[in-house]
Amino acid sequence: MTGKLAPPRKKNPQLRQRVPTLPPQARSRAALGLTAAAARGAFELQHCAECGTVQYPPRDACAACLSVDLLWRATARDGQIIAETRIHASPDSYYRERLPWRAGLVRLAAGPTVLAHLHGEVGRGDRVRMDLKLDKAGQGVMIALPQQRTPDMADDDVLRTLTAHPKHRRVLITDLRAPVTRPLIEALLKAGAAHVFVGEAESWRRGSDHASIAGLDKVSVLPLDVTDATSLKKLAAEIGGKTDILINTARHVRPGGVLGADTVFAREEFETNALGLMRLAQAFGPAMAGRTADGVNSAVAFVNILSVHALSADPHYGAFSASQAAALSISQTLRAEFRASGLRMINVFSGPTDDEWHQPLPPPKVAPKALASCVVEALCEGLEDAFCGDVAKDLEERWRRDPKVLERELQGGGA
Amino acid sequence: MSGVLEDLAQALGTGAVEVVDLTHTLDPDFPVIVLPPEFGQCARFRMEEVSAYDGRGPAWKWHNISMNEHTGTHFDAPIHWISGRDVANGAIDEIDPSVFVGPVVVIDCSEGAAGNDDFELTPALIEAWEAAHGRIPAGAWVLMRTDWSKRRGADYLNMAEDGPHSPGPTPAAIELLLARDIRGFGTETVGTDAGQGAHYIPPYPAHYLLHGAGKYGLQCLSNLDRLPPTGAMLIAPPLKIRGGTGSPLRVLALVPGGKLRGEHP
Repeated sequence: MTGKLAPPRKKNPQLRQRVPTLPPQARSRAALGLTAAAARGAFELQHCAECGTVQYPPRDACAACLSVDLLWRATARDGQIIAETRIHASPDSYYRERLPWRAGLVRLAAGPTVLAHLHGEVGRGDRVRMDLKLDKAGQGVMIALPQQRTPDMADDDVLRTLTAHPKHRRVLITDLRAPVTRPLIEALLKAGAAHVFVGEAESWRRGSDHASIAGLDKVSVLPLDVTDATSLKKLAAEIGGKTDILINTARHVRPGGVLGADTVFAREEFETNALGLMRLAQAFGPAMAGRTADGVNSAVAFVNILSVHALSADPHYGAFSASQAAALSISQTLRAEFRASGLRMINVFSGPTDDEWHQPLPPPKVAPKALASCVVEALCEGLEDAFCGDVAKDLEERWRRDPKVLERELQGGGA
Repeated sequence: MSGVLEDLAQALGTGAVEVVDLTHTLDPDFPVIVLPPEFGQCARFRMEEVSAYDGRGPAWKWHNISMNEHTGTHFDAPIHWISGRDVANGAIDEIDPSVFVGPVVVIDCSEGAAGNDDFELTPALIEAWEAAHGRIPAGAWVLMRTDWSKRRGADYLNMAEDGPHSPGPTPAAIELLLARDIRGFGTETVGTDAGQGAHYIPPYPAHYLLHGAGKYGLQCLSNLDRLPPTGAMLIAPPLKIRGGTGSPLRVLALVPGGKLRGEHP
């Protein structure tokens, strides 16, 4: 059994903070298929379309029949550890900090034998459940997990480096007024978050949940407006050094297309959804990126909640969709900029949310509580892209299949 | 006549005439009017640094600023309201500059507003004021003092589930002020109308009636408690925005000051 992770002690201010290091980053183009699958929590391997062989490591051709027609397919996760080794010396600075390190060979039920990191609860001979995770370098790696969930398995040292688990971490949620914020606070605290800071814009407007949220245990409400760089600068000066996870719930959405409207709402949408993300990252990103190796409560993730229409516009929410596409693009640049630090940029894509701005839309819509669960799950699993709800999952799948077909279907005229 | 301005300059120099600032600081967190969310909203004041003696501009600091015409302490032109849309020279850039400097009277409603968030300025109150201070002169700015500018945070807009609650004039009060041929009407609240002004007939009587009659509005004023009921001069020139419906501005009052008042009680 994994020992319970103890809450971190207060830092010794005379000790130099550990500088972030990364595991090896280089991968072949073929191997990036593992990364792509890990990013969205899938377990996929190359399947040969001609002879059906499942192969590992990924290559440009089938090792059995030399076909280049290789498809990344969901693959059964079960396997058995046939060998394990404990590494006591490494020239790699990332692993040197973490020695000894256990690795093993796992024979998958699907065929191939893979090299994997080992969860502390599994060893040679054990039947295991395999997972693909992103490591600190943002590359897909295999880990062998216990077949059945155990109570504190997320506290395992190795798993902890592959996820962005909120346990013992301090979280900033940017917008108190967002419907998802309340259930998100509850879900984070349930997952073991040490403290939740909640940003509130324009406290001079009443009608928010201020009192009920400010009264919660382990929660502080602080002034923050993603459209106001001054407020961000102020807040980052206060809590930038102890924000381990940032979850951006600020969002401006208004229905309507592009023709027949002006750009007033669109400007507000871009100010909040796209430029707001930039301002947040500029204010909090550097301090977070500097603290990714800072012990149990190191900075670990920057979470952005997007509409799945960032991928393909919903013409009924034209300007809003554009702001989401812009935010997605910004998040990709941020991901590249955070790469050297290991800070994870997580995008949670949602279908239409069950709120005042999506009233006429038929179900299924994503309830605030469901969205909150998706966010916490994305953190616990260490995803980069999470798709929340049936609509988002369906759209993502259609988008991967053929973006043009999806675009035409969203314009109407699909069957 | 040539001596008037010299006298004024001297009085300003000696403090016999005091310059009082009636303006709130343009601050990103200063309240603006909040409309039902499906309507377009009043942009908040925003400021972004372009450079600050750094790589973006080594020897200078400056900001880009953005806001609505009706953000912060601001001036309302007649074309702000539908009733004033056809008023001649009703846009902010068309107003005769002589409008921007003129006499001001202050009706003190602070006591009533302290006890009643929905305090109304009524014809009876105006007539009582006139009984004490004389008839409101034609061409005067009339300011309604409520001390509302001393409120902070959520108490300023004072939003409740049935809308904002703040003091303002009744339709009949505005009719009476128009009968006096005033220059314009100003308040310390976020608008010239009461928070519940939508429920009068006509709705928003200050906006509707004043602007329909080609008069002007000033709102989000402060420091009205430093003005005498009569005898001060208001300086309120808005930005010259082509076709503008209003403008943030600095509002100053020239007040016969301490020394003068001390010497001639």
